[in-house]
Amino acid sequence: MTLAAAVLPLLTVVVVLALIHRPLGDHMARTFTGTNDLRVERGFYRVLGVDPASSQSWRSYLTGVLAFSAVSVLLVYLQQRTQALLPYSLGLPAVPEGLGFNTAVSFVTNTNWQSYSPEVTLGYTVQMVGLAVQNFVSAAVGLAVAVAFVRAFVARRSATLGNFWVDLTRAVLRILLPGAVIAALILLSGGVIQNFNGFTTVATLTGGEQVIPGGPVASQEAIKMLGTNGGGFFNANSAHPFESPSPWTSVFQVLLMLAIPFSLPRTFGTMIGQRRQGYAILGAMAVISLVSFTAATLAELSAHGAAAQAAGSASEGKEQRFGIVGSVLFGSVSTLTSTGAVNSMHDSYTAIGGMLPLINMMLGEVAPGGVGSGLYGMLVLAVVTVFVSGLLVGRTPEYLGKRIGAREIKLASLYILTMPALVLAGTALSFAVPVLRADIDGTSILNPGLHGMSEVLYAFTSAANNNGSAFAGLTANTPWLNTALGVVMLLGRFLPIVFVLALAGAFAAQDRVPATAGTLPTDRVQSATLLVGVTVIVTALTFFPVLALGPLAEGLL
Amino acid sequence: MSTITEPAAGSSNSPAPEGNRPARTPGGAFSAAQLAEALPGAFRKLDPRQMFHTPVMFIVEVGAVLITAIAIAEPFLGGPEASGGSEVPASFAWLIAVWLWLTVLFANLAESVAEGRGKAQASSLRQARTGTTARVIRDYAADTDPGALRASIAEVPSSDLTLGDMVVIEANGLIPGDGEIVWGIASVDESAITGESAPVVRESGGDRSAVTGGTRVLSDRIVVRITSRPGDTFVDRMIRLVEGAERQKTPNEVALDILLATLSIVFTVVVLTINPIASSSGVSVSVPVLVALLVCLIPTTIGALLSVIGIAGMDRLVQRNVLAMSGRAVEAAGDVTTLLLDKTGTITYGNRRASEFVTVGGADRRELVTAAAQSSLSDPTPEGTSVVELAVTEGFIRSAVEGTVVPFSALTRMSGVDFPDGSAVRKGAGSAVREWVAAASGIVTAELDDAVTRISQLGGTPLVVAVRDASGRARVLGVVHLKDVVKDGLPERFAELRTMGIRTVMITGDNPLTAKAIAAEAGVDDYLAEATPEDKMRLIRREQEGGALVAMTGDGTNDAPALALADVGVAMNTGTSAAKEAGNMVDLDSDPTKLIEIVRIGKQLLITRGALTTFSIANDVAKYFAIIPAMFIGAFPGLAALNVMQLNSPSSAILAAVIFNALIIIALIPLSLRGVKYRAASASSTLDRNLLVYGLGGIIAPFIGIKAIDLVLSLIPGF
Repeated sequence: MTLAAAVLPLLTVVVVLALIHRPLGDHMARTFTGTNDLRVERGFYRVLGVDPASSQSWRSYLTGVLAFSAVSVLLVYLQQRTQALLPYSLGLPAVPEGLGFNTAVSFVTNTNWQSYSPEVTLGYTVQMVGLAVQNFVSAAVGLAVAVAFVRAFVARRSATLGNFWVDLTRAVLRILLPGAVIAALILLSGGVIQNFNGFTTVATLTGGEQVIPGGPVASQEAIKMLGTNGGGFFNANSAHPFESPSPWTSVFQVLLMLAIPFSLPRTFGTMIGQRRQGYAILGAMAVISLVSFTAATLAELSAHGAAAQAAGSASEGKEQRFGIVGSVLFGSVSTLTSTGAVNSMHDSYTAIGGMLPLINMMLGEVAPGGVGSGLYGMLVLAVVTVFVSGLLVGRTPEYLGKRIGAREIKLASLYILTMPALVLAGTALSFAVPVLRADIDGTSILNPGLHGMSEVLYAFTSAANNNGSAFAGLTANTPWLNTALGVVMLLGRFLPIVFVLALAGAFAAQDRVPATAGTLPTDRVQSATLLVGVTVIVTALTFFPVLALGPLAEGLL
Repeated sequence: MSTITEPAAGSSNSPAPEGNRPARTPGGAFSAAQLAEALPGAFRKLDPRQMFHTPVMFIVEVGAVLITAIAIAEPFLGGPEASGGSEVPASFAWLIAVWLWLTVLFANLAESVAEGRGKAQASSLRQARTGTTARVIRDYAADTDPGALRASIAEVPSSDLTLGDMVVIEANGLIPGDGEIVWGIASVDESAITGESAPVVRESGGDRSAVTGGTRVLSDRIVVRITSRPGDTFVDRMIRLVEGAERQKTPNEVALDILLATLSIVFTVVVLTINPIASSSGVSVSVPVLVALLVCLIPTTIGALLSVIGIAGMDRLVQRNVLAMSGRAVEAAGDVTTLLLDKTGTITYGNRRASEFVTVGGADRRELVTAAAQSSLSDPTPEGTSVVELAVTEGFIRSAVEGTVVPFSALTRMSGVDFPDGSAVRKGAGSAVREWVAAASGIVTAELDDAVTRISQLGGTPLVVAVRDASGRARVLGVVHLKDVVKDGLPERFAELRTMGIRTVMITGDNPLTAKAIAAEAGVDDYLAEATPEDKMRLIRREQEGGALVAMTGDGTNDAPALALADVGVAMNTGTSAAKEAGNMVDLDSDPTKLIEIVRIGKQLLITRGALTTFSIANDVAKYFAIIPAMFIGAFPGLAALNVMQLNSPSSAILAAVIFNALIIIALIPLSLRGVKYRAASASSTLDRNLLVYGLGGIIAPFIGIKAIDLVLSLIPGF
């Protein structure tokens, strides 16, 4: 493979992102700061009984988020349980309770963890009315929370953060829907299927029979990527030729995943009126993601490990049409953005190469993270970074003119505490409780020992970070994993949202301290570097022991 | 009393000159004797009920108890348990236990040393308070007998005095409590509070009526109304402050505590989940090793020293003779963005001084100098003296003058001398001298007008000098430029403040023209001319509405509202009790420029906290590289690749990390007492420097330290 072939996909992604992040970022800023409502939006508000001009307190905003999500979980669950009665069910039966709960939570939390094979479990109605709708609205919830948080930095002595229902509606109608339509058309032109054919039985060349599932794939694929959802129409996800037929559709899907998360810092900078602040955040995200991708690529290309060396390259689990670099690019971006879609099997990566997707998620999905959640996650890390570095310059720390006192640091700490606690507790319980251990060892784990631990660790990391990618090799459709991962997804999504909105409330209520020469600037290379450092060190200190017990021990064996 | 200014060394008995900080700062040095004194306190602090207030160290203590129990039980349970596939020596649990106890003890010792320094100051203050008898006036009649010369008087112990009691104090008597003079005037020795040996005058009415309990009346007789409750006098409060008894956690300390607690929780979860997760590969780590890892990871360094830094910060203020009423005020000082400074006494010396002779109309310069000096020789005001002093530098020789002195009067607005031969010299306000010259048929040139205007525009005061010769003809010789002299070195200090991001505003009653000129000369950023107390309040409000934090000094009763409004209000000790009540700090030296010093101390306090936090967290990297491979190397030999320090054995690696963790507390006590060096610089460059020292240093230092300790441990058989 030539160097050009290795670098070209990445280069394409970087150039396109550089071109679109401004218009897209500014469009999003306009969307959330404008005062005009479209006619169709006004219709929605009338149905919901919402006054679009009213602004909500953080508690009220949070209530909106939680209520909307609770209703969503219920609706998706009921659709699955009554699947047999729904049209276009393809004759598939109702989804069992545990799996139904897990799947409903998974799509509402923007995780899209799939404990099942979609094409043989869910009919078209559930896929489109249940899951695809959640692909839109769960991403919109993330955007809304992020925007509310950004508004808190702009506000001065304000008790309100904006209107959740307006933010949600606008995010869907003005950002995600138009984006998804364009993306779906492009994917269609690339050969992604879109039909209602059900299962087609064909006679193969060898004379056997093969059942080929069809379905409305392109429409779902577009929002799956754009909304950093990741739940595939088919079990094989983007490795399936109907989801991503060619190398360029794969690169296009990578772009879709990155488009909104990498444009949001621009939105942030525009909304607070200090674009450089946005670029500092963007810079930190970009550095982390580039380093991670490079490390994963090098690990895969070096083909460490007996099997890979015997084969000549670490090609196991990767599609020939994407190649090693195309697979690693997709895998890195998918885990860096909390999408969780796969076009190769991360379980088959080399030990170190497989550790990087895991680390990408352990970073807390902030580089650039999911739609909305990446930005607010990174901003919370920025708050913690500024707290320590602010002390170092002899001032009560402040970020963007907002002082970081006891209440603020408490909320930021709780935010940061949540994810590691869920990952470690979930993994530990799976092995510590004898009954669960028996279930895990007996049913779930394909490869016992170090690699098996990595599989379970990966599952809980993916769930707690609302990523949804699976290490494969793990049978997750068991009562324990369905329940535990479901709960972890819920807590991993909504606890941080509670803390972020509370933090937003605290910041909005404050006045803004004017910047002086004694203020620590947060829009320079220095501060972005520090943010990268804190993000990496926090992750490293938290997860070093488990990584040593899993991928590191395996890779260094 | 010497102990206030020099608590540790206890030698000097007067405040060192301003700006001479190192001379009066005992800094972080502490002697072996101090350590020995602090030891009992350190053991007392082991009480879990006390330890509970520092969660980080509480975790260490719980770990120490646990490991001690294991060490005792081990021999009965069949010897030490293997950990992570590696055998450990029999003494391992004991050694870990001992070093964990030492870690806790070192933390307590640090706090005891800091408190001990305060207690030394407090005990000497206490001597000033004890054994006073108050002479309380019964039925004080303010109208008929204000001096209480005929009233009946009861002797009462000073501790029984209550608010509103009237007491009488005569020469050589101790003032029994804080109060206000209602009658009389006295010179008072306040050295017990200020360390300043020169007595001060206190009198009823006006801004100098406040007296402090524990100070001594040297002459005369005064009647004082007690304004404090028993046990709540200024001295009482001072004692409680320096002893740390009233120490409450400041907002920033609380925030930092939360962050440290969060880190401790994260690491507790990490350590608790290690064995369940390791069990997936059939590996198990022993409890002593897990506790050792936990103690090394949680931020013990900053956890142990956090309160020390706070106490030492207060202490540094007290050493500079500033009493902060709360730690919150000290912190706020570090955040100050606007400094309001009174012109007179703070920026300028307070008196106008002659700075220049300007000749007009072709007059001889020597003649002007001589005439100006002659007319000022018998003028005792500072202005007059300064004219003579300036003339001397220009070659004037002092000699007695024959003639009649014409003193300055409000009517003539001139002063001068009439010589026996009929000639005369005059100096005074422009218009007055002009009339005098015109009356003697002299001519006033336009050149004079120019000179007068120029000096006025520069913010100075022009004094016109004229002579009349024996024949009766008068002429103008020139003008003396009187100006407010800005104190030496101030422009540099203001420039320094500017780089720190602090704006300085000069407050003056002068007209805008004068104010502008002085502001420019002193290098302040802004000025408020013709300022009334209301203007001052308005300025503070306006700054605060813009989000600024304002600091100011004041001494008068009319300053009180502004002092209360400002975020940092430093009252001068010579000021009224109203001012002292309103401010949140009192400067015992009554030196308004000390505000700048206070800001520095506030910043230093925060930086020291940040530095040790950064250091503490950065240390974890090396500790992980010591402990994690050691924990699992028996089970997964591949992890030897992570043993970058090439430590001797798993046991020695873990013990070395624990020992380093304990010793670093002791090593950093001097730094936390002294505070991190603060240089005025922009936030960015300060951050760069501190990150390099405490961040990078914090990553590298433990690699070296742990390796060195490991080398020593490897000499012990079994390790």
